[in-house]
Amino acid sequence: MPDLAVVHGRSPSFYAVFDRKEDGDPGQTHYCPGCGHGILTKLLAEAIDALGIQDRTVLVSPVGCSVFGYEYLDVGNIQAAHGRAPAVATAVKRSRPDSIVISYQGDGDLAAIGTAEIIHAANRGEAITVIFVNNAIYGMTGGQMAPTTLVGERSTTTPWGRDPTVHGYPIRVCELLATLEAPVHIERVGLGSNRQIMAAARAVRRAIDNQVRGLGFSVVEVLSPCPTIWGLDPVEAQTFVRDTMPRTFPLGILRDRTATAVPRPPLPSPPDPAELPGILGLDGATAGTTGGRAGGPRHAGADHRIVAAGFGGQGVQVLGEVLAEAGLSAGYHVAWLPSYGPQMRSGTSNCHVRLCGGAVDSPLVSRPTALVALNQPSLRAFLPRMEPGTLVLFNADAVPPDGLPRGLRIGAVPATAIADRLGSPRAANMVMLGALLEATGMLAPGVVEATLQRMVTDPAWRDLDLAALRAGQRAARRALPATCLHRTAILGAPGPPGPGPRPS
Amino acid sequence: MERTIDRGTVVIGIDECKGCGLCVQACPPRVLRLSAQLNRHGYHPAEYTGSGCTACGICYYVCPEPGGVTVFRREAA
Repeated sequence: MPDLAVVHGRSPSFYAVFDRKEDGDPGQTHYCPGCGHGILTKLLAEAIDALGIQDRTVLVSPVGCSVFGYEYLDVGNIQAAHGRAPAVATAVKRSRPDSIVISYQGDGDLAAIGTAEIIHAANRGEAITVIFVNNAIYGMTGGQMAPTTLVGERSTTTPWGRDPTVHGYPIRVCELLATLEAPVHIERVGLGSNRQIMAAARAVRRAIDNQVRGLGFSVVEVLSPCPTIWGLDPVEAQTFVRDTMPRTFPLGILRDRTATAVPRPPLPSPPDPAELPGILGLDGATAGTTGGRAGGPRHAGADHRIVAAGFGGQGVQVLGEVLAEAGLSAGYHVAWLPSYGPQMRSGTSNCHVRLCGGAVDSPLVSRPTALVALNQPSLRAFLPRMEPGTLVLFNADAVPPDGLPRGLRIGAVPATAIADRLGSPRAANMVMLGALLEATGMLAPGVVEATLQRMVTDPAWRDLDLAALRAGQRAARRALPATCLHRTAILGAPGPPGPGPRPS
Repeated sequence: MERTIDRGTVVIGIDECKGCGLCVQACPPRVLRLSAQLNRHGYHPAEYTGSGCTACGICYYVCPEPGGVTVFRREAA
């Protein structure tokens, strides 16, 4: 056909082969016959071609039938958690301002589980393009009622039709978003007829072009047929979109500020990752103390598993954080896992800390090598889990005489009293940390002091914490039983062969 | 009677087509139909009746499959 030229054909923005699944035809999508997603994906591809942006487009796919968008369009692709596509698109757009980011979402994804994300992305005026496919039903999961299901429409969860007195009314997303100031372009189109489809093609292209021009948030809602779930043949479904859906969801432009919108200034580029330690004040923090990369031979086989527990406000989390940070500086692989109730004070609080010679297999500590208990309830709560040989440091004048499992290496450190004499009982956590260091030898005290110097910015508290740390070391040497100071029992001792985290 | 030359022609991707019939319904000059044959997926694919295409492209836009329809236009002599 030498005198014939292709005027409409397969877009180069599609992959040549859809490598989607073993039994799928490499030329076909997974969509049902007559599905609106297929039509809309072609409109998207055509817009991408027309604007010449294939190499910088990033499509964020949702959860739903269109989850496989990445198998068709040959652009950058990310598949987001259910409803979170606008949040993901925000991150991509902000970190790569030159990219053209398109969030593609269905009505279950955008208007139900993702309601918060779309409203706030629109309200922030993120310079992204959102394509919202509204077929008024949950298609992929088999036809449950969606927030957009029409009044009277049957679904598996509204078998007698949607009843507004029970199920509420359909949410009109575009009208909702049009109450916000930031969006520059809000438009609803349909796929119900030739005319509607051509209007949809123009709207999609415009919404993307807005982003190319650097304008703010654009959203196009597309009323789309779902013949399979609606139980209609493809032509009937198209007719339903054309004649019935617009009675609930009127077509048209609800917002157009593209003529007056000022292009958003690009956000400053994020810093180079190599600069981050300097920005965070971490450069030099490890210099001279690490002895090399984490997990080097210095700590080979080490596996310190510490639980610290007390009342909220006693500084249990700070104790754990300082321990983990210092461990990091000393070249361990570390984990710090805080656990506390909603109370800021007087609730229970504990943390799990691991200092390992190799990679940390789990941040959970189910079999501690050491327990630091800052009060009696914590001691009682955790003692039953302690195995023989575990080091237990208890904040008190004396170890309670009763109810102790056999074989523990337990000692009392009057940390609160010591800290109170130094200036504040709130430094009891550092007294206990000092005692722990003295008992285990897991870290050189100098490393912990350097960590405190870095982490505690208030000079008065820093001095108190340093004094408390040293007092804790002295108290341990003076008061702990010899079994507690049997360092070789812990230092460098490999942990038992790796059981996974055990439910506590 | 002098035979008029069609402005265009249309090629259906037989193995891409799922037989939904949207193109048949949408075609302004009504020159598409569903084939009596089955394709290898078990659908009756659309087919061009062989004359009368105006290369308007409507069938391309209503078709949900990326490779379902290709529309050609006769170039001016």
